[in-house]
Amino acid sequence: MLITTPNIHDADGFYSELLDMHDGLSENESKALNARLILVLANHIGDREVLAEAMRTALD
Amino acid sequence: MAKIFEIPLYPYTRNPDQDSPKTNRHPVIIVGAGPVGLAAAIDLAQQDIPVVVVDDNDRVSFGSRAICFAKRPLEILDRLGCGEPMVEKGVTWNIGKVFFDDRQTYEFNLLAEDGHKRPAFINLQQYYFEAYLMDRVRVLEAEGKPIEIRGKNKVVSIENNDDHVSLQIDTPDGVYQVEAEWLISCDGAGSPVRQMLGLDFVGRVFEDNFLIADVVMDADFPTERWFWFNPPFNRDQSALLHKQPDGVWRIDLQLGWDIDKAEEKKPENVIRRLKQMLGDEISFDLEWVSIYTFQCRRMEKFRHNRVLFAGDAAHQVSPFGARGANSGIQDSDNLCWKLKLVLDGIAPETLLDTYDDERIYGADENILNSSRSTDFITPKSAVSRQFRDAVLHLAEKHEFARPMVNSGRLSVPCIYSESRLNTPDSTKLPTSTRPGAPAVDAPVNEGWLLDQLNGDFKLLFVGINGESPSVAGIHLDVIEVQPGQNPVFEDRYLGDEDTAIYLIRPDQHIAARWTSYDETEIRNAILRAIGQE
Repeated sequence: MLITTPNIHDADGFYSELLDMHDGLSENESKALNARLILVLANHIGDREVLAEAMRTALD
Repeated sequence: MAKIFEIPLYPYTRNPDQDSPKTNRHPVIIVGAGPVGLAAAIDLAQQDIPVVVVDDNDRVSFGSRAICFAKRPLEILDRLGCGEPMVEKGVTWNIGKVFFDDRQTYEFNLLAEDGHKRPAFINLQQYYFEAYLMDRVRVLEAEGKPIEIRGKNKVVSIENNDDHVSLQIDTPDGVYQVEAEWLISCDGAGSPVRQMLGLDFVGRVFEDNFLIADVVMDADFPTERWFWFNPPFNRDQSALLHKQPDGVWRIDLQLGWDIDKAEEKKPENVIRRLKQMLGDEISFDLEWVSIYTFQCRRMEKFRHNRVLFAGDAAHQVSPFGARGANSGIQDSDNLCWKLKLVLDGIAPETLLDTYDDERIYGADENILNSSRSTDFITPKSAVSRQFRDAVLHLAEKHEFARPMVNSGRLSVPCIYSESRLNTPDSTKLPTSTRPGAPAVDAPVNEGWLLDQLNGDFKLLFVGINGESPSVAGIHLDVIEVQPGQNPVFEDRYLGDEDTAIYLIRPDQHIAARWTSYDETEIRNAILRAIGQE
């Protein structure tokens, strides 16, 4: 089951770390970084059903 | 009828220092009769510390400016004897709504729990806020308290010496000389005192402009905070609508960086923008218009020898989160009891360095939060805008994204967890009342707890009896609470324990706590809390 309730402690801190990662990058570098991050996170999740549900959620 | 901000509330009159053959020295002079300076003056005068406030103006703030006052400052104002008229006049609100484009993304309710005397927030124009503080000043004067407000008194030079501060003050009758043992500089973001002393003020400038308009209208918008990201009436920018007393509405419109300020401020352009937002059928009057940019920055230190900086003079934040005036009031709250103990010779001067420690911690927390809000509201790059819009998109349907939506993290009380004035906690009492936290309000003994924490050190005995130890020069009041009568209070102060003792500072922050009585430990905690250890 995909978790859709808040699950990140210190959401503001996470969000700011996420954006800080992009400091100084070009638009293409940022896109590439986001792609790598998605793949890293997807591997951590592993569960194919959860991943499929996550993709549907993002598409919606 | 003249508006309250058009009337000189503290007109210039000649003062004894101007006619004195020698230079007089006052214990405390405060520069600036804004919210922070007046709060500090009231706090000191209530404790019989003679205080003189000088201001180059003679009336309250022009325009509404700070409008959002949080629960903690209201509690401080209660201690200063002027919370009631503010809350009565103010607009109490709890609900906030966030819109993205033309849709509501979500709403939040700030009122988390019952059992507090004061609401999460009130909206009140700064001119009323200052006027009620002035009313309180007049009451204290009538009671013979040593407080004096000098209008049209402008500091033109300052000398910061080892044991006093020397000032030259300009008035309609010319310049006079005066000295103070301590000077509190509450003279705002542009602080002339800070500039005259050549002190630093570094930080981050945000490249943006906001149009701020106070609009008088008969509208049936509910009493809520409405925030728009990228609305149809202000494309690619944000907007805020908030209610104030007297049918005045605060409207904030983000304009972007590259604008012609003089052009944007023209009434016909402001009215055009407001009509786009409100529609043609609502009629309104403009009370006040301003365009502001902002910075997030603070001084490296708030104490410089005999000069203590407070409020915007010491630190500035973006307006998102109402952390400006609210934090200034907490500065004053933190400073005044320490200054009193130092002036009375009970605490060492180094106690004032803990003002620096505790309030710099507070300022950094405010700067961090308000910078993050600003980064969310004004994305600084294409990718940060993409993430921002993704969060807003997802938040409409999915709860998980809502904590990431940041239209301002509203001011919450500062907890001095790491303060050296705290005694380390070894209890299993509730975390919300841990050392460093401001005492959490609760109904107790047929009243409110915070109304009983009225300016001295207190020992709160819950379900336990004990003597109050005498510590040199410290007046300690005892409050006793019997268990089994105040369930909300017990939830907050006992948790799973049967007994508790709390040592509470004059600013209502908790300094130490125990579950059993030990006179030596209490004595040591008091000494620690006044900087003697």
